[in-house]
Amino acid sequence: MGNDIFSSEALFEAWQIIKTQFPLAIWETIYVTILATVFAILIGLPLGILLVAGEKDGILPLPSWLLQILNVIINLLRSVPFLILMILVFPLTRLIVGTVVGTTASIVPLVIAAFPFVARLAESSIREINPNIIEMAQSTGASPMQIIIKVMIPESVPSLISNATIAFTTILGYSAMSGIIGGGGLGKIAINYGYYRYKYLIMILAVILLIVIVQIFQSIGTYLATKTDKRLKRK
Amino acid sequence: MENKVQLKINNLRKRFGTEVVLDGINLTVNKGEVVVVLGPSGCGKSTLLRCMNGLEAISEGEILLDGEKITAGSKEITKLRQKIGMVFQSYDLFPHKNILDNVTLAPIKVQKIPRKEAEERAEKLLRRVGLWKKRKAFPRELSGGQKQRAAIVRALCMNPEVMLFDEVTAALDPQMVREVLNVMLELAEGGMTMVIVTHEMQFARAVADKIIFLEKGKITEEAEPEEFFTNPKTETAKEFLQSFVYEKHKIQ
Ligand SMILES: Nc1ncnc2c1ncn2[C@@H]1O[C@H](COP(=O)(O)OP(=O)(O)OP(=O)(O)O)[C@@H](O)[C@H]1O
Ligand SMILES: [Mg+2]
Repeated sequence: MGNDIFSSEALFEAWQIIKTQFPLAIWETIYVTILATVFAILIGLPLGILLVAGEKDGILPLPSWLLQILNVIINLLRSVPFLILMILVFPLTRLIVGTVVGTTASIVPLVIAAFPFVARLAESSIREINPNIIEMAQSTGASPMQIIIKVMIPESVPSLISNATIAFTTILGYSAMSGIIGGGGLGKIAINYGYYRYKYLIMILAVILLIVIVQIFQSIGTYLATKTDKRLKRK
Repeated sequence: MENKVQLKINNLRKRFGTEVVLDGINLTVNKGEVVVVLGPSGCGKSTLLRCMNGLEAISEGEILLDGEKITAGSKEITKLRQKIGMVFQSYDLFPHKNILDNVTLAPIKVQKIPRKEAEERAEKLLRRVGLWKKRKAFPRELSGGQKQRAAIVRALCMNPEVMLFDEVTAALDPQMVREVLNVMLELAEGGMTMVIVTHEMQFARAVADKIIFLEKGKITEEAEPEEFFTNPKTETAKEFLQSFVYEKHKIQ
């Protein structure tokens, strides 16, 4: 009876935990994910653009060794499993945040893990642009910077939004994982109660909430991507 | 007509790898002159135009616009390109910008003229090609002919000194070809310096001051249109012109 997850005591206890801990956990999860996504985009988007513009026949050719180094760094960071990366960047996290545990501290490894991924996503968005359009812009005498800011980015907005949504949901997943070693939010609750104390109801609820958050942000992202796409037929 | 030299090409050579695509081109385009470049597919017409705009780096020789050298990738190229309007076969309007924004983007951002002034310029030009009503439309809402006229206006909005056209009607239905060619004829009458690549022979004959016939990267004929069309000197040019004539019972 005692380990029946739907017994009245279990439900009451669960309710107490939900009431006291969930609001904060939901907030922490969203706040960490949004901040980490924003920082990852701030680093990853320019990097992704550079990967395309910096090619030999791109609009802003970079020395090929530099491009090579950028690619290697991105591939390296992307191939380290997130939990291990989190431990590896502890010194950096301590340097920036002052501690390695807690919600805010988890933003640092999340950004480090996500920006290479975001760079690749941005790269693919930028590559989707019809190269004739870039050439057209060049032929008007636009400088590389003007082309990047006025043509490349605006012309790939729908795709960039779709990819930002993918980045957001991926980072949300990572942030839940960060609950294992010090991160906060719904992930921490799911692991603490579900894994360490066998309170499955709490764990399931935390997971459901994560799914709901993903659904909400995915819907917003899809809506904005469609809305900004002027190539689509109306209605 | 004035005889001021606008564009001068001296001994231009262009290689792609080991393939010589343009082989010793010499050409002078005077101010207000309309030069039509003809020639079989693959002879280097598009490459020639792309070199004139610095989109293609040249291997030898020089291209001078108002006496200034056009060098792909140089610091001055962005300044020089502002004086050369280019229109391609594939329109290449910015799909996420409406027509007015498409047309005013470069004047505002590249030439840094005030938005109001750019829009006045755009209005005049869009009205002239019958597209002012469509200024808020996005490219996908326009017909091919309308898109191409908008693309021409976009180039004109920079107040260029020279216009380059590369087979701008090749992708259009016959009725739409007419409306685009009319715009170009009007431009020619207005005294615009133009270099045109086209497969519309009637139009070439009507619009050109000078015909250039290109064969395997070399200019093999340079003549006034009447002379070229009635009395082509080279065998290839004869065959080329013949390929536009249709006669019954001749096809085996
Ligand atoms: N980027 C490139 N790399 C390699 N070869 C090229 C490139 N662009 C063009 N060429 C070659 O240069 C030659 C001339 O091409 P170009 O496009 O200038 O011909 P064209 O006269 O415009 O032909 P068309 O009438 O079919 O448009 C062709 O043999 C083509 O294969
Ligand atoms: Mg061509």
